[in-house]
Parts: sequence; structure tokens; C-alpha cells
Amino acid sequence: MQWETVIGLEIHAQLATKSKIFSGSSTAYGAAPNTQANTIDLGFPGVLPVLNRSAVSMAIRLGLAIEAEIAPRSVFARKNYFYPDLPKGYQISQFELPVVGKGEVELVMGEDDIRVIGVTRAHLEEDAGKSLHEDFHGKTGVDLNRAGTPLLEIVSEPDMRNAKEAVAYAKKIHQIVRYIGICDGNMQEGSFRMDANISVRPKGQEAFGTRAEIKNINSFRFLERAINFEVERQIDVIEGGGTVVQETRLYDADKNETRTMRAKEEANDYRYFPDPDLLPLIIEEQDIEAERSNLPELPDIKRKRFQSDFGLNRYDAAVLTASRVLGDYYETVVKAANGEAKLAANWVMGELSASLNRQGMDIEQSPLSAEQLGGMLLRISDNTISGKIAKQVFEAMWNGEGDADSVIEKQGLKQITDSGAIESIIDDIMAANPGQLQQYRSGKDKLFGFFVGQVMKATQGKANPRQVNELLKSKLAG
Amino acid sequence: MHHKSIRQHADSLRQGEYSSVELTRSFLQRIKQYDGQLNSFITVSEEQALASAKAADERLAAGDASLLTGIPFAHKDIFCTDGVRTSCGSRMLDNFIAPYNAAVVDRLAEAGIVNLGKTNMDEFAMGSSSETSFYGAVRNPWNTDCVPGGSSGGSAAAVAAGLAVAASGTDTGGSIRQPAALCGISGLKPTYGRVSRWGMIAFASSLDQGGPMARSAEDVAILLQAMAGFDARDSTSAQRDVDDYVSPLQDSLQGLKIGLPKEYFSAGLDAQLQASIMQAIDEYKRLGAEIVEISLPNTALAVPTYYVVAPAECSSNLARFDGVRYGHRCEDPADLEDLYKRSRAEGFGDEVKRRIMIGTYALSAGYYDAYYLKAQQIRHLISDDFRKAFEQVDVIMGPTTPTTTFGLGEKTNDPVTMYLSDVYTIAVNLAGLPAMSIPVAPVDGKPVGLQLIGNYFNEARLLNIAHGFQQVTDWHQQMPAQFN
Amino acid sequence: MSLKTSDVEKIAHLAQLSINDEEAEGLLGELSGILGLVAQMEQVDTTGVEPMAHPLHMNQRLRDDVVSETDQRDKLLALAPSSEAGLILVPQVIE
Repeated sequence: MQWETVIGLEIHAQLATKSKIFSGSSTAYGAAPNTQANTIDLGFPGVLPVLNRSAVSMAIRLGLAIEAEIAPRSVFARKNYFYPDLPKGYQISQFELPVVGKGEVELVMGEDDIRVIGVTRAHLEEDAGKSLHEDFHGKTGVDLNRAGTPLLEIVSEPDMRNAKEAVAYAKKIHQIVRYIGICDGNMQEGSFRMDANISVRPKGQEAFGTRAEIKNINSFRFLERAINFEVERQIDVIEGGGTVVQETRLYDADKNETRTMRAKEEANDYRYFPDPDLLPLIIEEQDIEAERSNLPELPDIKRKRFQSDFGLNRYDAAVLTASRVLGDYYETVVKAANGEAKLAANWVMGELSASLNRQGMDIEQSPLSAEQLGGMLLRISDNTISGKIAKQVFEAMWNGEGDADSVIEKQGLKQITDSGAIESIIDDIMAANPGQLQQYRSGKDKLFGFFVGQVMKATQGKANPRQVNELLKSKLAG
Repeated sequence: MHHKSIRQHADSLRQGEYSSVELTRSFLQRIKQYDGQLNSFITVSEEQALASAKAADERLAAGDASLLTGIPFAHKDIFCTDGVRTSCGSRMLDNFIAPYNAAVVDRLAEAGIVNLGKTNMDEFAMGSSSETSFYGAVRNPWNTDCVPGGSSGGSAAAVAAGLAVAASGTDTGGSIRQPAALCGISGLKPTYGRVSRWGMIAFASSLDQGGPMARSAEDVAILLQAMAGFDARDSTSAQRDVDDYVSPLQDSLQGLKIGLPKEYFSAGLDAQLQASIMQAIDEYKRLGAEIVEISLPNTALAVPTYYVVAPAECSSNLARFDGVRYGHRCEDPADLEDLYKRSRAEGFGDEVKRRIMIGTYALSAGYYDAYYLKAQQIRHLISDDFRKAFEQVDVIMGPTTPTTTFGLGEKTNDPVTMYLSDVYTIAVNLAGLPAMSIPVAPVDGKPVGLQLIGNYFNEARLLNIAHGFQQVTDWHQQMPAQFN
Repeated sequence: MSLKTSDVEKIAHLAQLSINDEEAEGLLGELSGILGLVAQMEQVDTTGVEPMAHPLHMNQRLRDDVVSETDQRDKLLALAPSSEAGLILVPQVIE
């Protein structure tokens, strides 16, 4: 039987506010336990929540970025359950009326492969604290610093059909939230967490299969692995004559497997109801317009502009707009290189990105500024250096030896374009290698490369390759 | 000294007849002498009281005093008081020393009031008789075999017996007005959102409202002036100016339109009590008021609706009492679930458990629409009844309670009968309106309360109407002989 | 909607209240009585009536995004029944 996978993602993006969603406690990461938990975060008797303005602005921004409906009226609800990291015995979330409604995102899977994934909704809610299971004489320690940190839960439609698409979608949302500055996207610190709803169905069948939800995945690599594992597991279950049960599962990265966390029968009855301590959130058209005017250029728009302004293909443009910083870097390179857009794209996606990868660096940490790289590209385009020599220059600049011009100057890398000089070098080489010359002239064309090599060796690679070719051809011909 | 009004005490303090420290000592002495019979206080904070009295005397001497400076007062034990146990009448919080003050506590403290201690109450404000307290039942000063009403029964009893000049209360379904009625004092539940709920332990957040309880409408007005106001920490706090409650007290009642809802004078209302109410209405006629019969057709639905909405909210509000971060934790929990279940079962009393259970059920999967949603819809209908009524009249009047005080233990085994004793007060909370209870002619020596319901944020008019009556009657000045 | 003892036990579990059989029986009677009272709501036709969650027609006010709190850990954790090294302790939770 042929199987089709159906995947929907719920992404929790921690909003980059200074204070918590309902209290004035700091949201800074890494503080000593419970030092950023005030009476509201700890759910003390008689304390009350007041909504953070920035959290609302950020939700509106996401709504605009995914072209979603932004609810003129949304309501906070209580999700009731008991857990030590949930101080009030309920989580303040949104249920029936979320702040952001239906939207969509576009994924560029390949040059001619575009997928549109629906976003069902996005709602504001508070994060829980952390239970630390290290042994405190057989007890669990509770740290409530994270309790009350604002989250935007972004829920997709079940529109993805394989792990690759799911990862591309998750990366897309990651890209968007970072572009619009509402989430730092730091996955190690838990700022961006994913739950995947996965089911399989026979190809051609319309009805969905029973789904399992894999909770709290905090890397794209794990997301891909978890989905692949889970899909195989479900197919094995069905093909083995069993049925998939609806349940919550956990992905264990060490063992690369998913395992049951909570079966549906044990699922909580959350008893959602409107939080009587909070009033309806009203968003006016003017609030939306204010956010719109503050919105940076969004990744898809930037990508399209790169395609049309710089003549890039869709795929390259998508790569270069992956993050706002990368896009800005690229644009600066193009400008410094006097509009050499394609050359700039090749260098940014090639040498630069390879060097960054080797060092495990982000574009933000590049030792080479966009202006420096652009300056070097100028020297390629005006024939001062060849592409090959440029790699040497690049490396020198990477190592902090200064700008392209000074590296070229110091190391004497300027290209030799004087035909007379090249001709005299060729003459010397022909004289020094009579055997090879004879063989070449008697038809061994392959030796042409040998002569090119000799010329380049003699000029330390600085001779203009095109000129070398032309001059060698005529000289060797006799 | 214990008969005097706030204004009289304020005058005496300024004229040096006695100091606040002396006044406070005399009230502390009365508490020692009488509270054994009433059990109206859970905690008496003598040391703090004397310290604030001393500070009050300094303010008075410096000419920097308000009408409330140096006045001995008592807070219902539902208001958090920094450094003083705040138990909410529950074993759950028997060991809870609040690390902050409720907004109401701060506001009154700024005015210079002297807090004598924390008054007894139904556990978590759930009850109409002040019998569900972990600290034992409160008794009615007019008849110590009877209940003072609830849940602010400790506050009502303390004021009625002259153990405090005035007290704070909270009202979720009648918890200020009903004990005020049963103890023969004046009490006001402000418009929802008028008094900050910050630091007031929540029972049902969309219904709870704190307010003053005192002998006279004038005292209530002076207290409300200090208690009311916008608080940025409470999302449901009304962002509007506080009216002057004191100056308009003397306004004429000529032409006042009083609505009498026919549903409030039907079966179930004690005949003698009705007569007492009508006698008060006649007094208003003499003051120039016009009587209009009105209808609040959904009155009978208020109790059923309330007993879905309030328990639903309470089931969630009381989830935080789980034995983890503060409050009662059971001995040697076997595991987490044992910790939760036993701490909560031991920490909460029967009535609180009942309401948590009802609320949990009403919100649970499959029942939400039939109970919670339905109740919210009927709440709308009840609210509309009042809206329509206030198109015709200035104030709605009727009995605060269907009967006078009843014997201790008489209704404790029958929650439904107990709930029905709030029939006249509950609708006001569902609608969020302001309402008062003031004493009228007693029946067989037992106090009777007249309820006055006003339009939203119309507390000034309500107090004026109550004060007008008290200018021509003296029911509010009577004290039970046993404590006089 | 008549209640059974098993319902009472289920509700008690949701509410995290330990109850013994005797208490469950008692609660069954009391809760049934209250639900009988509440059942009066059924008579009312509420078709098209907007549910009312708050008494006033007010909207949510927003707080500026400012850190206004300082560390109060020692003061607040002093109220916890069990704490150590700045953490609140509970019986081991197995995930």
C-alpha cells in the first residue's frame, strides 16, 4: 500500500517583550531560579493580571506578516489543569476567539516548487515554569521564572505531506518571527518550540488517519527525524494489523524514537472558559495600521524584489533572504560592488557561507564586512584580480589582513594584463620545454593545459587567464 | 465612645477629647470583653493597630489628617494585609502571612485608618451565615443563637456590637448587604469595577466587589470615598473619576422615583418583614418620593444562574491553593497527586468543596453549553431587566433578605435553602449594579434590611437616598443591649 | 442530567480533591440538589442571547512593556511549604 503523511504544526514562539505578558517581571533568560517570579507569576491570592501592550503589538505584526485576519475582538480564556509549573492551576490562553485568524505562508521548496501552507490561527498565552527533575532527595524543584512569559502559539493547517515540508514550514515561521522582531528564535533557550500532529492515510483516501501529537521539539533536525520516525512507526502499526491511537508522544533525541506521554483517555478536560479577570481585547484598525507602518520588508517581498532587481532566480533569492541580516548583508555587498548582483550572490552563497559554516558562525558574526567583500568583487569585475586570486584575497581579508586593495597591493596580486610581458614569459617557457612543445605540435592537444599551468606558475597565478589562453594558442601553433 | 459616627470621632479627635491611641485601646478592650460571645475576629492585630493609632495622632497633631485618620476599623479577612495573617476563613491559609496589602487596605491606610484586625467570614466568602469558617461560626449580636449572615458576618457583627467603628466587606452575591441586614447596620456593594479587587482573595472574579460596612449611610459614604478609585493593577477596575459621595448626602429626595419590583414582594417573603419594608417605603413617600411598581421578570432565575457562574469561577480561582507555593500542605505526600488531593481536601471545608465540585462540573466537557453558557445568557437577560427598570425609576427598593436572621445550624445541612436566602441580592451582582442595605424597623427584635439598588456608578445618589431615610429614623443608631 | 457516584468521583479527580466513599455519597445528594435548583435555567429560551461574561462593557486595558518588579524570591519562597536552593519542592514528577 502507498501511504500519505499528513502533518500539522503548532509552534510556540516566545515573544521578545521585556516584561511578562501579565506582570512586570523580567523575561530575561538565564536568571537564578525564581528571581523573576513575582506574586502574579507565582499565583498568589488576590493578585490580578494586566495585559502587556507589546505582546499585543507583536501578535498583530505576525498577523500582518502572514496576511491573516486580525480579530477586532478576542478573548482570553483559562485552560484549567494542575501541574507544579502552572502556579494558578490554569494557563491564561485564548480559545474560541484568538487574536490572529486564518493566514498563509509560501514555501520555496525548489526553483519551480512552491507550496502554500495555511495557518489556522495564532493566539496569545502565557508560558509555564520549569520543573527540574535533578534529584533533590527524590523531589522535583520548580522554577517559575519562565511562568508568564508571553507566547504566540501559531497553529498550521494539516497541509504538510512530509518531514521536509514540515521543516521548511517551521523554518519559514522562524524566519518570519525573527524578521518582524517578535521572537529571538533561539531554540536552545526554548524561544521557539514545535509540536507536530502526524497521521498517515492510504494514498487517495480523503479522511485523515488517527493522529499522534509529538510535543516540544526544539530543533529542525529533531523535527525532521521525529516525523520520519513517527510516520514509519504508524505505518508499521497499521501494516501489522494494529490501529494508531490518538495520543501525545515525546521525541527522544538520544534514542531517535517517539514514545507515549499521555493517551487520549487520560487527556485532561481543560474546562476552558473566559477569564473573568481579563476583559475582551479590542484591536482597532488604527492599531493595525500603526503596526503595519512599522513592519520591516517581509521575506517574501524581499525575495521577489531580489529576483526582479538583481536578476536572481527564485531559489537563490530565497536563500539570500533567509534572514533579515543576510538580506541586508547581500544588498550592501551589491552596492559596494557597484551592482554586480550575480557575482555578489555567488560569493555570499559560496565562499562566504562556506567559511561561516566551517566556523559555525552566523552572518552577524562574519569577520568580513559586506563593504569589504563588495570592494573585492569590484577588483574582480575590473580585472584587477582573477576569480582564483580573489579566493586568496578573501582568505586574507577573512584573517583580518585588511581590505582587498591593500591585500592585493601588499601581496602583489595584481593581475598581469600586459600582453608583451605575458608573451615573453610564454617564450621562455617554450624554450625551456622543447620536448613538450614538440609533442604538442605533433598533435598532443592535451599538453595545452601543461603550458597554461607553467605560465600561471611563473606568474604566481596573476596572469589574466583569458589573455594567457589566447596568446598561448597562437604562440604554440608556431 | 463606641456609639459614635466617623464624623463624631473625627471631631472628638481634633478637639482632643481623646487620642486615637485611647480610642483604639477602648475598642481593643471591647473586643477582648465581648468577642468571646461573637467570634467576629479571626486575628486581632493589637500591636500594629496601636502603632497606626500613634501615627494617626501625629498626623492629627500636624493637621494632616483626613476624616478617617485614627478611626478604629476592621478588615474582612479576605483582604490581604502585609505582615498579618490573611486566612480567608480557611484552614488552607491558616499559615498565610500576606506579603502585600490589598488596594483597599492601602487606600484606607493612606487615609490614616487604624486596622484593629481581621474579621471572621464564611470560608473563601462562600456562605450566607458565616458558619463555614475554619475559625468557627460568628454569632449575631442581636441574638447570639442566631447567625449574623454572611459571608461578611464577622464585619457586620463587629460593627453592630461596637467592636469597630466600621469594617470592610466583600459582596459576591449579597455578602455585604445580607449580613448588614441581619445585623442592623448599613452596607454598600459598589458598582462592579468601582473598588479595586487587587489583593482581595477572589471567589468569583466577575461578581466580587469590596465595599464598606458601617452604622450609617454617612459613614459608608466617607469610607467609600477613600476606598473607590481606579487601580491600574486590576484590569476590571473602572477608569473613571470618583464622585463626591459626601456632599450630596443632604440633597432632597423630593420627586425621587422608587421602583418596587413585584417579584420582590411575592411568596416566600415573611409577612412581618414585608410590613416593615412597606413602613420604610411610606417614610420615603413622606420625604417626597413617588412609588412605581416595576417588574424584574427574571428574578427567580438569579439564584440558579448565580450557582453556575459563581462556582464555575471559584473552581478555577481556587485551583491555585494546591499546597505547592504557600498555604496548607498535607503531611508526607506519597506523590504529586496525593499532595494536591489531600492538601486541598484537608485545607478546604465542605461548602467550598461543594462549590468547587459544582463549578468543575458546569465547566466540564459536555456540560459547558448547558450550564455555563446558558447561565451567561440568562445573566444577560437579568441585566436587561434592570436596564429597562432604570429607564423608569431612580432607585429600586425591596427587602434585602426574605427572612430575618435564623438559628445557628438551621440551614447548614441544606445548601439549597441556604442559597435561596440570597434571592434578592444575587441579581445585583450578576448585573454589576451598586446596592445598599440599611436597617429599618426590626421584627421581633431582629433587624430588617431595606435594599436600595442604584444604576451603574450611581453610588452618590444611593447614599443620598439612604442618608435621607436615616435623617428621619434612628434604626441605624440602635445597638443590641447585650453589647451596649 | 442526573448525577452518579462515578460522576462525583470524576469531578473530584478533575478538581484534585480526595474524597472517600462516604463523602462521595454525601456530595452526590448535595450536588444533585444544587443541580436541581440550577435546572430551572432550562425553562428559559435563550436563543440568540449574547452570553455575558462581565457585568460592564469595558475593554481590556494594556500595560506598557516595562520591567517593574525586583527580585523578591527570599520573601516569597519563605511562604512555600518546602523549598531549597531557590526552588520550590514537590514530590518527584516523572515525565
